Amino acid sequence: MKIIHTDVLVIGGGLAGLRLAIGAKRRGHDALILSLVPAKRSHSKAAQGGMQASLGNVVKGQGDNEDVHFEDTVRGSDWGADQDVVRMFVNTAPKAVRELAAWGVPWSRVRKGDREVIINGQKVTITERDEAQGLVAQRDFGGTKKWRTCYAADGTGHAMINAVADQAIADSIPVHERKEALALIHDGGRCYGAIVRDLITGELSAYVASATAICTGGAGRVYRTTTNAVICEGMGHAIAMETGVAALGNMEAVQFHPTGIFPAGILVTEGCRGDGGLLKDVDGHRFMPDYEPEKKELASRDVVSRRMEEHIKKGKGVKSRFGEHLWLDITLLGEKHIHTNLREVWDICHYFLGVDPVKEMIPVKPAQHYTMGGVRTDATGQSPALKGLFSAGEASCWDMHGFNRLGGNSVAETVVAGMIVGETIANYCDDRANEPSIPTALVREFLEREQAKLTAFTKGGGTEDASLIKGEMQDLMTTKVGIFRTGADLEEAVDKLQKLLVRSRRIGLRSSSPGANPELVTAYRVQRMLKLAVTIAYGASVRTESRGAHFRSDYPRRNDAEWLKRTLATWKGESDTLPTLAYEALDVKRMELPPGWRGYGAKDYIDHPDTPERQKEVEAIRARHADDRFAMQAALLPYEHLLPPGLRGRNERIDERF
Amino acid sequence: MAETNNHRKLRFHILRYNPAQPGDEPRIQTYELEEAPGMTLFIALTELREKLDPSLQFDFVCRAGICGSCGMMINGRPSLACRTVTKDLEADISLAPLPVFELIGDLSVNTGKWMRGMSETLETWVHMPETQRDLKRIEEAMDPALAEEIYELDRCIECGCCVSSCGTARMREDFVGAVGLNKIARFRLDPRDKRTDADFYELVGDDNGVFGCMSLLACHDVCPKNLPLQTQIAFLRRKMVTTGIS
Ligand SMILES: Cc1cc2nc3c(=O)[nH]c(=O)nc-3n(C[C@H](O)[C@H](O)[C@H](O)COP(=O)(O)OP(=O)(O)OC[C@H]3O[C@@H](n4cnc5c(N)ncnc54)[C@H](O)[C@@H]3O)c2cc1C
Ligand code: SF4
Ligand code: SF4
Ligand code: FES
Repeated sequence: MKIIHTDVLVIGGGLAGLRLAIGAKRRGHDALILSLVPAKRSHSKAAQGGMQASLGNVVKGQGDNEDVHFEDTVRGSDWGADQDVVRMFVNTAPKAVRELAAWGVPWSRVRKGDREVIINGQKVTITERDEAQGLVAQRDFGGTKKWRTCYAADGTGHAMINAVADQAIADSIPVHERKEALALIHDGGRCYGAIVRDLITGELSAYVASATAICTGGAGRVYRTTTNAVICEGMGHAIAMETGVAALGNMEAVQFHPTGIFPAGILVTEGCRGDGGLLKDVDGHRFMPDYEPEKKELASRDVVSRRMEEHIKKGKGVKSRFGEHLWLDITLLGEKHIHTNLREVWDICHYFLGVDPVKEMIPVKPAQHYTMGGVRTDATGQSPALKGLFSAGEASCWDMHGFNRLGGNSVAETVVAGMIVGETIANYCDDRANEPSIPTALVREFLEREQAKLTAFTKGGGTEDASLIKGEMQDLMTTKVGIFRTGADLEEAVDKLQKLLVRSRRIGLRSSSPGANPELVTAYRVQRMLKLAVTIAYGASVRTESRGAHFRSDYPRRNDAEWLKRTLATWKGESDTLPTLAYEALDVKRMELPPGWRGYGAKDYIDHPDTPERQKEVEAIRARHADDRFAMQAALLPYEHLLPPGLRGRNERIDERF
Repeated sequence: MAETNNHRKLRFHILRYNPAQPGDEPRIQTYELEEAPGMTLFIALTELREKLDPSLQFDFVCRAGICGSCGMMINGRPSLACRTVTKDLEADISLAPLPVFELIGDLSVNTGKWMRGMSETLETWVHMPETQRDLKRIEEAMDPALAEEIYELDRCIECGCCVSSCGTARMREDFVGAVGLNKIARFRLDPRDKRTDADFYELVGDDNGVFGCMSLLACHDVCPKNLPLQTQIAFLRRKMVTTGIS
């Protein structure tokens, strides 16, 4: 039995995993990263539009600060977020951008003086301040009050992961590429690492560690139409849930992005709309102002996606042989802007559609985009149920996105969470009491169990076809567990997914080729994907309200009285076909921003009984500290103690000099 | 939109070889597939694997031309398979793995391992002085035009197409390739990196670096990100010659 030892085992080499590993390593602990692919090819690479951080450098971002970012994020989450975590996040985000700037990210920078921009379909001239010259620039994004999204043209994720992955190389952090974690080694109370399959040789080995972090990104591939990379299959989510102890939070919260190109589902960035692009229908009519007069194209993603589907249902979609779509018009931005700031968009349109977006409109339709749900952790990034297990990035439910993530808040979360959880893990490893005494028999037991599961596919006499089952699952999810959900559809989906799960236990392989064996990979992953799919559908069928991206046509109102709570799902027994659900209430009495109207979308919701009282308290505190936003914030929701010491403290801005 | 297809029969001639299989020999295998509207090689290969041959190995991640996973020889030329649309090709399509890199199986090669080695050799990260920046303070300003120039060179996706087209890379195992030279140019441009020309000379001033390059510029022609490799290599070579002399 091959065993590899390390202090910190990081499963996932995207932005979150890399940044977390760097933090732990710089605190003196050995960190080792596992990744399905070379780290720089992780899905983080695909982020185009940018990263939110309230720097307030550009004129349209003037007056931005942590408080505004906090409010936007909590409203965006439709009050599903953990407000402590949002506070930690908004305070650290500017520090993260500045760290990345020092690490070499070629952020787009502010040019002083006049420039022409498109706002609300009109050409407007704005004048950047002299003192902002050369500082990191910001663009507009959906659901934000200020221009807050820092960017490197439209290759933000690419530039970020280049810099962070190179820092990891500089710090001599090994990345074991083409390795897949198949199971967490644990004894029901503590996690000891993972069983890992080499995707080149097919060999299994055990990685044993004091601390294990799941940073495996999203699970979008349980859907047919998704903007996610083909490796975003949610395997980190699944292996955490398969412990039977660690819980997944809010899996029913799935985000759909308004502008997947049609029909391929490849994303064109929200920066298109942020920079002034418009959504149009079959008549060339700009329809978003009809639905959302306040924010128009720049309402939050859940709202825009629903409005688009609604508009298509009204017969205003553009018909094509693949179905109906709408148009994204960026022609008004002009050739120069598109060739510099929206180059990837140009490339994508050119190569995949044969469309020149300088002259023609882009066919778009909402596509699955982001997994808000994930491995449930506390505010420091640790699983409350399984000791030694941590999580960060899209794979986690840390929970700063609640039921809807704002554009630009995700890559920001990956590095911020990496910075914070890297410290948590280092503290954990510093503590002698947490040194694992490795139970070799347990490691062996897990390794043999995983090996037996793989052998069963080739020798078990099964006859079901893995890719057929996968296809059926993806279609079910897209048609029944999509943007608009109803009880009947969801129940049907749960029922059919359970049947598929049972069938998947009889998968047999046509090919027994040694080494990588892609068919075997599909086979063992699809079983796990089905558990996630059924968890999403089941959670959605039980949640009889609409919140953020989870929209129930039969329960269109947000219902704080009954549903201001987080769904927790665990998978108790290997032969189960449904997860066990439990709920964790959000405490209105501690909220800095009690639930209310989001500022866009439906105005109609059912209040929590504690809301009016908390609202009064909050107003009183606000009035008492009206002249000092920091004192006010500290009185409303003290959070700094949760941050590692190095990340505490105010952020300097042009308008808030130290 | 791609509505013009009249369902051609495509014939894929794929170089097959599984090094993990004892006794396996490299051979060309042909598959037939009906073309679909808007079909890319990503769609085609996925369908081939699902329907005809579950053992076929290849790599895709983003399927959007962004991650650099899917470099392969398409009709003899290194390109990204995910953004190659079948309607731009003849009905007979030949696919082979990128040369130079270690073969994993069929169309899959280990570019990641090569790139990590190159990064370690050339130290492809910003070398800053030890003193830590105070992250609470306003970031250092940078000329916007310079930031754009750096971004331009930073767009490399490490796909390996340039390396696969390069005669020198085939002959010299340790040649850093156009990808490596471009990275040096990128860090040389970056004022945050405190290395001097003499430091860079140490890294690339030999036959495994700028002096190994024969300037035939196949790399420039195949780079799917249209990086200005030609200009960068020429510039670097001139610079390194003078640095070497002084
Ligand atoms: C097209 C697109 C554009 C986006 N644009 C933006 C944007 O502009 N702004 C923004 O804020 N967000 C954006 N997002 C979201 C954002 O990119 C992601 O949420 C974020 O990058 C996720 O980072 P991560 O580190 O959590 O995971 P990832 O980058 O997905 O990395 C996951 C890692 O886990 C590894 N892995 C997975 N499973 C296993 C396993 N079983 N064993 C070993 N390794 C494993 C993978 O190899 C990979 O290295 C975008 C997303 C998409 C789809
Ligand atoms: S320089 Fe171009 S061809 Fe070479 S690895 Fe980078 S992107 Fe690919
Ligand atoms: S110009 Fe140099 S690096 Fe480029 S292909 Fe020719 S020898 Fe290789
Ligand atoms: S799959 Fe990412 S570039 Fe082709």
